[in-house]
Amino acid sequence: MQHGKYRFIVGFLVLPLGLYALFVVWPFIQSIYYSFTDWTGLSPDFKMVGFDNYKRMFDDEIFWKSLQHSLLFALVLPVVTLGLALFFAFMINVGGRRRRGGPAITGVRGSSFYKIVYFFPQVLSIAIVAILFAFVYNPDSGAINSLLSAVGLDSLQPLWLGDPDLALWCVMAVLVWSTTGFFVVLFSAGMASIPADLYEAALLDGASRFATFFRITLPLLWDTVQSGWVYMGILALGAESFAVVQIMTTGPGGPDYSTTVMVLYVYQKAFRDGQAAYATTIGVALLVVTLAFAAIVMRLGRRERLEF
Amino acid sequence: MKTTETPAPVPAESGATVSKVGVPAGTDTRQKKEGGVLNVFSHGILIVWAIMVVMPLVWAVMTSFKTDGDIFSSPWSLPDRLHFENWSRAWSDAHMSDYFLNTVLVVGGSLIGTLVLGSMAAYVLARFDFPGNRFIYYLFIGGMSFPIMLALVPLFYVVNNMGLLNTIHGLILVYIAYSLPFTVFFLTAFFRTLPTSVAEAAFVDGASHTRTFFQIMLPMAKPGLISVGIFNFLGQWNQYMLPTVLNTDPDKHVLTQGLVQLAVSQGYKGDWSGLFAGLVMAMLPVLAAYIVFQRQVVQGLTAGALK
Repeated sequence: MQHGKYRFIVGFLVLPLGLYALFVVWPFIQSIYYSFTDWTGLSPDFKMVGFDNYKRMFDDEIFWKSLQHSLLFALVLPVVTLGLALFFAFMINVGGRRRRGGPAITGVRGSSFYKIVYFFPQVLSIAIVAILFAFVYNPDSGAINSLLSAVGLDSLQPLWLGDPDLALWCVMAVLVWSTTGFFVVLFSAGMASIPADLYEAALLDGASRFATFFRITLPLLWDTVQSGWVYMGILALGAESFAVVQIMTTGPGGPDYSTTVMVLYVYQKAFRDGQAAYATTIGVALLVVTLAFAAIVMRLGRRERLEF
Repeated sequence: MKTTETPAPVPAESGATVSKVGVPAGTDTRQKKEGGVLNVFSHGILIVWAIMVVMPLVWAVMTSFKTDGDIFSSPWSLPDRLHFENWSRAWSDAHMSDYFLNTVLVVGGSLIGTLVLGSMAAYVLARFDFPGNRFIYYLFIGGMSFPIMLALVPLFYVVNNMGLLNTIHGLILVYIAYSLPFTVFFLTAFFRTLPTSVAEAAFVDGASHTRTFFQIMLPMAKPGLISVGIFNFLGQWNQYMLPTVLNTDPDKHVLTQGLVQLAVSQGYKGDWSGLFAGLVMAMLPVLAAYIVFQRQVVQGLTAGALK
């Protein structure tokens, strides 16, 4: 198989690799370089300024706020989303009533219906979801507040996205809403591949369902949970949080910077304020946070792989 | 691990088809009781979440048929009649038809490009030994975990200097480049699982490497291409961040951008019913396609996470 091998390899790699290098790799390298300059993005002239941008960043109160919000996203969202998804998936697959003569472990009735419905948000664009929820949260005539007054809670009419203490949680709730279903389906698939004998053996030994969840399901599903955790964290730090914050919040990022996340701050500095170099500096910080997050999750979650 | 297709150990509906040796009678009653309580509880919780998922979508459909006055005075009431004029207004006056067309063009071009270029690179990386193979592979894979926004700042100027800013073909090229990491990752793993003997036989018979790839390997890789194709289709159709930065000309807007623009401009135009009609218009085709091709979609979207 040597004949013309290298010509073939080069011929097949040159286009994809060239495109990838030009539009992905090269901009990444450039942005790290730009973070040491005073480039505005508006004019082609710039000079090296050493670590000035980084010094400025450490004194920038809004940067610290955005870092804090992004970290909160990366910590809270995976825990809540994966927790809910594991719970639902367990209910769907193991929560069924035991019928006489039937198997010891059954899924609930209509399990495939639940899986279809839960997956809906996953196929919708996060932008569409964000627009929709901006109206759901609308304080005057939005779905939630009008529902609250319909059940007689007229006094309880939060401003939701307009309240600096609530806005960030509202945004996070939307991300939970839109991502949980994906993980329910993912974990259900994983649970379905766990042999039923293991459950039966545990039940024979008198284990409760909650014990079987923590002793059997979770350990055997751990690899999937861990990669889901990293995946969710990257989403929460990157594209998804950008879309929801940019579309839903006032400002965007408000009120009073209460929802500014790092990825939004990068965008605003570069494309609104004409401070491209400073934007790339915050971008580098975002890169560090993302890689550190992935490394920590992989490290903390490392355990012996269970074969079954 | 390929699991999405595997049926649950025993589907709930057909509980009696597989009968195992019964659990000893002593534990039976206790577990039955526990099972019953759990059953009610689990159904309750599952139904609540299903309602929470469906409610906002139903509400949006309902609102898209109401008059603007009704939207504000009684957000939860049913529309007095079906105001289809909202839909036609959104389709033509609010340029939804243009946004649809732009999106179809961009996604059509980039999906084909992604699959062709991605499978070419993946095939070479999976099947040939050459210096730098691992390096190139990890270069592609690395793109999955890096924050894209960091690259977007210089990318804007790269694209601008090439005269590709605010063009459909420029957007297609960028979409392809950013879809390659996952596509290469997924298809490399897939090509590795295909048997080598068929390709070797073709080669012995005098087929060139290129011919072997297009006539033998690509047809064999069809299931993998479908999975990764669905994944990329949804990702590119729903893409928001890349066009927001690289496609600022209102005439070239894709669906997501157009809707966001519409939502912002309602602040002074006040055509809320038209906006909801636009939202539902954008949601329905994707949801309908999902319900029809449900198994393939779920498989395509969860495939990567289970590798």
